[in-house]
Amino acid sequence: MLTLTCPHCGIRAEETELSPGGEAHLKRYGPGDSDEQFEAYMFARKNPKGVHFERWRHAYGCGKWFLAARCTATLEVFGTYPAQVSAPPEPIIEAIRARRPGWEAGQ
Amino acid sequence: MTRYSVFAVAREALRWHSGWERAWKSPAPKKKYDVVIVGAGGHGLATAYYLGKNHGIRNVAVIEKGWLGGGNTGRNTTIIRSNYLQDPSAAIYEKARSLYENLSQDLNYNVMFSPRGLLMLAQTHHEVRGYRRTVYANNLQGVTTEWIEPAKVKELVPIMNIEGPRYPVLGALYQARGGTARHDAVAWGYARACSAMGMDIIQQCEVTGVRTLNGQVQGIDTTRGAIDCAKLAIVVAGHSSVLAEMSGFRLPIESMALQALVSEPIKPCMDVVVMANTVHGYMSQSDKGEMVIGGGTDGFNNYTQRGSWQHVEETTRALIETFPMLSRLKMLRQWGGIVDMTGDRSPILSKTSVGGIFVNCGWGTGGFKAIPGSGWAMAELVAKGEPGPLAAEFGLDRFKEGRFIDESVAAGVAH
Repeated sequence: MLTLTCPHCGIRAEETELSPGGEAHLKRYGPGDSDEQFEAYMFARKNPKGVHFERWRHAYGCGKWFLAARCTATLEVFGTYPAQVSAPPEPIIEAIRARRPGWEAGQ
Repeated sequence: MTRYSVFAVAREALRWHSGWERAWKSPAPKKKYDVVIVGAGGHGLATAYYLGKNHGIRNVAVIEKGWLGGGNTGRNTTIIRSNYLQDPSAAIYEKARSLYENLSQDLNYNVMFSPRGLLMLAQTHHEVRGYRRTVYANNLQGVTTEWIEPAKVKELVPIMNIEGPRYPVLGALYQARGGTARHDAVAWGYARACSAMGMDIIQQCEVTGVRTLNGQVQGIDTTRGAIDCAKLAIVVAGHSSVLAEMSGFRLPIESMALQALVSEPIKPCMDVVVMANTVHGYMSQSDKGEMVIGGGTDGFNNYTQRGSWQHVEETTRALIETFPMLSRLKMLRQWGGIVDMTGDRSPILSKTSVGGIFVNCGWGTGGFKAIPGSGWAMAELVAKGEPGPLAAEFGLDRFKEGRFIDESVAAGVAH
């Protein structure tokens, strides 16, 4: 069972307590942008087999959104962090590099 | 290929069964093929089969990183039905269901198609309205389904408790020619027929890269060497995004785990397939006597082919309400498969931004039932380079154009 620590309330929550929210750090496109950009923002997903940054909500806890770095091939969790950032913070990147040598941010 | 028949069995019985051949050959990959299909599951093999049978293209390789039919083809709950809501879905799923009717004869391989009838229970008033609408839609589409009242449901499924306090059965959407088939046999039958046509099925061969030049596919790199091809069909379900990444484009797909479980074998007690959306589970009884139970998907991206305990609990808890006798059963095995979910829960059969590369994916939680129709439509797309009538509505451009084929409510259970 997947367990994530909520960065807001500090509780180690298991997956029945959480709501998944899909890929994180999407750049938002809207009116005025091209159809291709809007389509990519709406639908095209990295869906990687490996390191994935994603959104979660502590639905049956504090109710707040947060982000997690997780490996989709092993279910290993590298860390969680508040959602008010546009890119993963450095400690999370370090944690991933420590476990996945050769992994590059932006992949 | 030795044809399977009663005469073949008699002939072999007289010579100690020494004359049977392997069902399919395992050749080394050639340098070049007209068409390379990645993924030797049901959809990939069916694509190869109809490429040969309907379009005369036989210089084909089917590449598989594991073993044949070892992915979702061997992991599903084997349900076959075509009671979808939207016209394009009804067309392709009904094509598949009608091909299943004669598939054993067509392939000369017993796929054990069992049109035992399929019920989708309505347990809330919203479902009653929804399924009645589906019946009307199906009848306009030429798909034979009917609305049946609770008394008829009880007659078809005596072990069901239709007066359940929380979820009474208010009726059901009934497709009498829906049912099940032996999932492995579907893959094996297609593989045998493809091999007999001279196609190469190459197992234990993982694709490591896709070579393109000026927006046109050149070939693939694999763990067993480079293979050139004029056309490449990617039919890899849960790993579609990985192959798309190698090819240089992205897909509107997210991979998630879907799981199923079977009980210990018991005497025959239910001779139809039952799906229940409200309590979120679906069940049939296999020929071995096991109750085959399917549940919901995880909500997060996952490639691990593992299930999770809370879904087992959720599914069995719900089914026990409707089938009280299940509470005494031990569960035997539980497993997961990685399904490729699209936003509108409809598949993608499409050309891509790379010339010569075609994708067949996004079947999500309901691919098994579609195998023959999917292969039929995909073969036409690959052979002609343009989609035929079955695949026309399922192109990737529907996401840009907002032309969705919304089947999220028709999936039997809400995934």
